[in-house]
Amino acid sequence: MEKVLMKGNEAIAESAIRAGGLCYFCYPLTPQSEVAEYLARRMPEVGGAYLQAESEVAVANMVYGAAGAGARAWSTSSSPGISLMEEGISYIAASELPAVFVNIVRTGPGLGGILPSQGDYFQAVKGGGHGDYRCLVLAPSSVQEAVDMMPLAFDRADRYRNPVMVIGDGMIGQMMEPVEFKEPKFPPLPPKDWATTGAKGRKPNVVNSLYLDPKAEERLNNVLAAKYEKMKREEVRFEEYNTDKPYRVLLVAYGTTARICKTAIEKLDAEGIPVALLRPISLFPFPEAKVLELGRKAEFLLSVEMSMGQMVEDVHCAMGHEKPVYFFGRSGGIVPSPEEVVDAVKSRLEGGKS
Amino acid sequence: MKALFKRPEALADVVTHYCPGCTHGIAHRLIAEVIDELGLREKTVGIAPVGCSVLAFNYFNMDFQQAAHGRAPALATGIKRARPDLICFTYQGDGDLASIGMAEIIHAANRGEKFTVVFINNAVYGMTGGQMAPTTMPGQVTTTSPKGRDVDDVGYPIRMCELLTSLRTPGFIERVAVHTPQQVVKARRVLKTAFELQRDNKCFTFVEVLSTCPTNWGMTPFEATKWLQEHMVPYYPVQNFKKFEEAPEVNIQTAAEPAKEA
Repeated sequence: MEKVLMKGNEAIAESAIRAGGLCYFCYPLTPQSEVAEYLARRMPEVGGAYLQAESEVAVANMVYGAAGAGARAWSTSSSPGISLMEEGISYIAASELPAVFVNIVRTGPGLGGILPSQGDYFQAVKGGGHGDYRCLVLAPSSVQEAVDMMPLAFDRADRYRNPVMVIGDGMIGQMMEPVEFKEPKFPPLPPKDWATTGAKGRKPNVVNSLYLDPKAEERLNNVLAAKYEKMKREEVRFEEYNTDKPYRVLLVAYGTTARICKTAIEKLDAEGIPVALLRPISLFPFPEAKVLELGRKAEFLLSVEMSMGQMVEDVHCAMGHEKPVYFFGRSGGIVPSPEEVVDAVKSRLEGGKS
Repeated sequence: MKALFKRPEALADVVTHYCPGCTHGIAHRLIAEVIDELGLREKTVGIAPVGCSVLAFNYFNMDFQQAAHGRAPALATGIKRARPDLICFTYQGDGDLASIGMAEIIHAANRGEKFTVVFINNAVYGMTGGQMAPTTMPGQVTTTSPKGRDVDDVGYPIRMCELLTSLRTPGFIERVAVHTPQQVVKARRVLKTAFELQRDNKCFTFVEVLSTCPTNWGMTPFEATKWLQEHMVPYYPVQNFKKFEEAPEVNIQTAAEPAKEA
């Protein structure tokens, strides 16, 4: 298929439609409002459902209702909006409903600003709302990868009956890049025989997350935990860069930051300092075994983020005390420059503080 | 032999947890009877709220979703937007609908979402043990208004039918009661109208049901029906607020089509 030049947010919207995400609910919020604007035009053309809701609180619950009725329901928002959706996302996880949420992350905490950030890592990968649950979390580092991820996200949401979160920073949403809409094939999915579609010729289906009996509640938590364990076995995704030859330092970075790290690695290479990159594509499940395997070959690891240090905790957790794990990041919407990353690596090599 | 009285098919054959004298049972039965009568059971999805009726999904014999507190209209919106062919109703109490779910109900009504809301107003939070609700009467003693609701401090009770009637879009709004046989018969008729309008894809339909809560009011069931008549009915008039009219006259200036100058 031909490549077209598209803005990240619009490309995500188009890819979702092609993946059958035909029930979309939204509330405007910078820097992702273009998704809603695109779908307000496009959804009626494909016979889908588009609705601008009264709040993100309502959005997540509309997604719940539609997903419960068997639709491929989804939404997009940005950090403060995702916080409001987390109530619904917790209920969606507990009720074992499939749904896709895209978070085009802006700065925080609080109202923050509209510039790119990776400050929602904790929220995305550690649960986000109340209770024992996880989202499958995918982090694209280009518009093309975001486009490729949407069909995967819908497939995995259906397959696991669990919310999937695609997390991109404002750069991914706002950047224009050439993209190609592939049509990936997935194995057949089981029928949604649990959906509330009218109890015709069968017993009533109930979509519910209320468990007053502690044994039943623990049973649910065990079912959910088994799903997350399965994800850890089958859904770990990552990219290795420059790891095919010896390296002194392993950078760990995702999303836009990983692209910056690649440029930094070229610069460091030119100076005779071999550095490699591990780019987690799935943030949950986190590629912890890969961190350990690649980290062992380095003198130290450096987690580079657009935050005050969030993913670094998972890098540390994976690496244990085998090798030093350091952090470099910028926040507030300041995107780190390759030179800053180069300096951060060199200062650690020289034993200084970055 | 002809059966004159039996359990509606739309009700499950189970014992409910509702207190003696509570009117939830009557409201459940009326909804079930109407759904049976209209032959809608196999295409209906009910939404249970948070509150005393949180377990409604066990009591109705039909598909159900259970909502977060106040969010039932958002779930119903999602269901009807995804599957307009289904029949959907929310069953919500006064704390759920008139307090935490105020935004969801107003906007669902204002969009004219084509589902039915059954709003149980018993002037108190029942499930959590008798706290003050947005519909608690002035001077009414609850566990969180021990000296009676002080309207200077927390305002007057909210009249949801009247509030929603101020909106242009919603098509059918009526308040009923279930504390006398006569009112029960009328309530059934009103619920039937609401579900018929939804079945015919006409409009948003809202039925408020004035209800008793003998347990949290600290009364016998009979005293509770008297209290409802004496205290609630004068403030919450039992009447129709909006009847559905086909193609209501549109006379507003829109950006796309400016009104012609007179």
